[in-house]
Amino acid sequence: MAGADGDDSLYPIAVLIDELRNEDVQLRLNSIKKLSTIALALGVERTRTELLPFLTDTIYDEDEVLLALAEQLGNFTMLVGGPEYVHCLLPPLESLATVEETVVRDKAVESLRKISQEHSPVDLEVHFEPLVKRLASGDWFTSRTSACGLFSVCYPRVTSTVKAEIRQHFRTLCSDDTPMVRRAAASKLGEFAKVLELEYVKSDIISLFTALASDEQDSVRLLAVEACVSIATLLPQEDLETLVMPTLRQAAEDKSWRVRYMVADKFSELQKAVGPEITKNDLVPAFQNLLKDCEAEVRAAAANKVKEFCENLPEDNREQIIMTHILPCVKELVSDTNQHVKSALASVIMGLSTILGKDNTIEHLLPLFLAQLKDECPEVRLNIISNLDCVNEVIGIRQLSQSLLPAIVELAEDAKWRVRLAIIEYMPLLAGQLGVEFFDEKLNTLCMAWLIDHVYAIREAATCNLMKLVEKFGAEWAQNTIVPKVLGMANDPNYLHRMTTLFCINALSKACGQEITTKQMLPVVLKMSNDQVANVRFNVAKSLQKIGPILDSNALQTEVKPVLEKLASDTDMDVKYFAQEAISVLALA
Amino acid sequence: MSAISASEKVDGFTRKSMRKAQKQRKSQGSSQYRTHTAPVELSPLPQLKDAPSTEQQELFTQKLQQCCMLFDFLDSVTDLKSKEIKRATLNELVDYVSTNRGVLVEPAYPEITNMICTNIFRVLPPSENPDFDPEEDEPTLEAAWPHIQLVYEFLLRFLENPDFQPSIAKRYIDQKFVLQLLELFDSEDPRERDFLKTILHRIYGKFLGLRAFIRKQINNIFLRFIYETEHFNGVAELLEILGSIINGFALPLKAEHKQFLMKVLIPLHTAKGLALFHAQLAYCVVQFLEKDPTLTEPVIRGLLKFWPKTCSQKEVMFLGEIEEILDVIEPTQFKKIQEPLFKQISKCVTNPHFQVAERALYFWNNEYILSLIEENIDKILPIMFGSLYRISKEHWNPTIVALVYNVLKTLMEMNCTLFDELTSSYKADRQREKKKEQEREELWKKLEELKLSDMPLVQNNSHGLPSVQNNNNNNNNSNSNHEDQERSAAAVTADDKDPDATAAVSESTPCAK
Repeated sequence: MAGADGDDSLYPIAVLIDELRNEDVQLRLNSIKKLSTIALALGVERTRTELLPFLTDTIYDEDEVLLALAEQLGNFTMLVGGPEYVHCLLPPLESLATVEETVVRDKAVESLRKISQEHSPVDLEVHFEPLVKRLASGDWFTSRTSACGLFSVCYPRVTSTVKAEIRQHFRTLCSDDTPMVRRAAASKLGEFAKVLELEYVKSDIISLFTALASDEQDSVRLLAVEACVSIATLLPQEDLETLVMPTLRQAAEDKSWRVRYMVADKFSELQKAVGPEITKNDLVPAFQNLLKDCEAEVRAAAANKVKEFCENLPEDNREQIIMTHILPCVKELVSDTNQHVKSALASVIMGLSTILGKDNTIEHLLPLFLAQLKDECPEVRLNIISNLDCVNEVIGIRQLSQSLLPAIVELAEDAKWRVRLAIIEYMPLLAGQLGVEFFDEKLNTLCMAWLIDHVYAIREAATCNLMKLVEKFGAEWAQNTIVPKVLGMANDPNYLHRMTTLFCINALSKACGQEITTKQMLPVVLKMSNDQVANVRFNVAKSLQKIGPILDSNALQTEVKPVLEKLASDTDMDVKYFAQEAISVLALA
Repeated sequence: MSAISASEKVDGFTRKSMRKAQKQRKSQGSSQYRTHTAPVELSPLPQLKDAPSTEQQELFTQKLQQCCMLFDFLDSVTDLKSKEIKRATLNELVDYVSTNRGVLVEPAYPEITNMICTNIFRVLPPSENPDFDPEEDEPTLEAAWPHIQLVYEFLLRFLENPDFQPSIAKRYIDQKFVLQLLELFDSEDPRERDFLKTILHRIYGKFLGLRAFIRKQINNIFLRFIYETEHFNGVAELLEILGSIINGFALPLKAEHKQFLMKVLIPLHTAKGLALFHAQLAYCVVQFLEKDPTLTEPVIRGLLKFWPKTCSQKEVMFLGEIEEILDVIEPTQFKKIQEPLFKQISKCVTNPHFQVAERALYFWNNEYILSLIEENIDKILPIMFGSLYRISKEHWNPTIVALVYNVLKTLMEMNCTLFDELTSSYKADRQREKKKEQEREELWKKLEELKLSDMPLVQNNSHGLPSVQNNNNNNNNSNSNHEDQERSAAAVTADDKDPDATAAVSESTPCAK
């Protein structure tokens, strides 16, 4: 191994270790990040006897350094001599697992979990499990929270007596008097349940779950909801009703909106975990209540799940459940007072059309889509438009076109440039679905107007949009509708608009083909080489470089070359640079 | 379509607060989840003062029960009559418990606490705007305040009544009561927090058995605030209460209290919203040090550990706190921390942000600090000299330069010989530092080579590490990202009229310069 590199290489290592003590945090950090190199150079023996004790002692440091250390140690197994010696890494990681800073502690736990797998079953019992116990009974809450994350990795690989101890420790932590510890335990409950034998899931986990789900702190209760998903998956169907459902029902009606929010947020997972029968009897009414919750946060979370929930309903009476129970709530949400709720709904509502089929969509959903397309909040309209493809498959987009157009026009002129940007991105899709005629008639002007938007990002997106439209509608269409307007902008008094012409040409030339490029675009580009603004001139050079490959060699030699040569002797440094670059790329020198 | 003012259309960069103000709703109801069915209309009861004294107690109870009816204040038109009756009754009750003696008989306690619990203990609604900035935004006010205020008032008068007996009340004002009270400190409504502060203070004073519990729960709230949510509206109020609690700690301090200082109060300095409660926090810290000066060293080392790295505003606050500590420091304690402390101060002095530099340099206007420095000038001058000397030549801000000259002058007067020595060795020292820097670079290079030759084993340190620094300090950056982008996009617009700004705009600058 590397220890044999000789004294020459050990000298810097000594200094590096010295750097671990440097006053400057950045230097300590650099050094700690090279820890594996240091260990490599020291060799496994000295790493174990010198480096690790040293590191264990330096635990009082900046969190930044400790974080780096915690991560490094997770990958140290080979550097201390392989699995046989991996337990040497436990002392420093144990200390790191007790520090205050959560990020450091979590990283230490992550590393501990990683190296736990490298322990032999014997070492696990001799070294690792005692560490877990020490952490679990630590004085300060930090060590106990860390312990919560370690039970599940050692449980499957220890003897049954030790298993019993571990279960006992976990139980204790679930009723710890510090809420931070109970939260940590609650968040690991599901994971721990998965490694337990079914009998203990029923006897131990269920009682812990029930207790945590009725904790005095809502921050603990809501974590129990997460655990509910894993626990329900583990239990046989016939036990769910008695062991899980009372708690879940209670959570769905918790007095704290945070808990109800969590139920709404996890609804699809819960639905899958409890199966179709319970879903029909219990979850449907629960879901209705969440959709009608008094807090907008909860309604929005539930609205987000509408499509998934409906999709996962048992097929035999899916349509009936949706039509009689869910749709009435959805209808109310369309005119909710809160825009986040409406916007969440708008992002999934179109998905219902595939589930309900053509007739129901036209009769029941279409009015809702239309209402949302007229919503005062741009996000709602945008979310509808961005999901048009779902409904297109079922009833065709034409059904919507009357309402679609005003909505698009308004979004296209929205004061927020992000909204404008979003609608531009849907243009090619819309154009494809609405057809060329409709497009020319109604949307073409919008697409051209974006080219002179005052925000660069919009102009750029508009350029790209044109390219996609040409790809869709063909070169002939481009020649008749777009190209003349684009080229017209070359005479605009605003240099930014003149540059937009160049950017458009860059984007369109390939799609338009050689003839249009040579006959119509090239002359304009060449003429612009005399522009008084240097930015335009060097963009001419860039454009020529770009469209060069599309032109024939005659045009290149007789028209492009002289212009580039002239630009190459421009007074402006950048113009010169790009002209020369174009000359060399096009091989015109 | 939301209304957008003409000015916003033009520049698009109206202040965040203005944009928020437009959509902000002034008040908010509590998250009462199906706690009550539609309120029954209240009918007025006779006045307590008109009732014969034999019936007063019974009437008092009836009135308390009547006040358990809750109303929806977001709907300003319903139940107007009943709301008014409840308000008048509450007023009467407040008056009744504050002016009369002998009204707090034992059977009244459960009725009283029940009325209070029903009215004030509620789940706080989700925040109207999740990135609520208490310095910029208007707080959302509690809609039911006309009633809740009177209930708080009543609770306070109840606690302050000379007949009040903690031994009876403790059956009702118990741990659970306190826990719910503490959760209300998260209310966005400053009026509510103010009441809570006084009330908790009274409870802490009167219920000896709850003291440890209250401290512990505050502990938990702070720890959750620091390490989990970073959000709690009542930190300042809780610290204010703690300030006076600490004041009353007996000496020697218990280990529990010291742990609270080191593991809770000091880490609280890392919070993003430090500005909101720094004054109260610094007060608590100084209280501790006045009680037990031996804590000075760990406290200052703790502050140095959490010294802000990117947030100048917080750095100014830290410097302010250090000055407060130095004001009460004992000379023996000063000697213990002078070295690390002045290394930090010397960094602050060179800070390009003039407010930080200025705040640090102001230390030299403090007579007591000056005397401490003078006593230890042979230690402090070598630490400070390099930085002061350098910025006296380099700092961009003339005020700072002027201040530095004064500081240098003061230091020179303290020990002329040492000052001269340092001046003459300044260049040599800088060169030595440079050389050391070079050596370090050499070292890293060598190490890289070493690493290359051992490559196969050492691939694990290339993983990107998430940065804790972001956690400890303000992540201003992430907030402003969004606007930055808008700005950069519009910067192009600004260029419209200035075609001369040419070369600077080129997207990449591979120019052979």
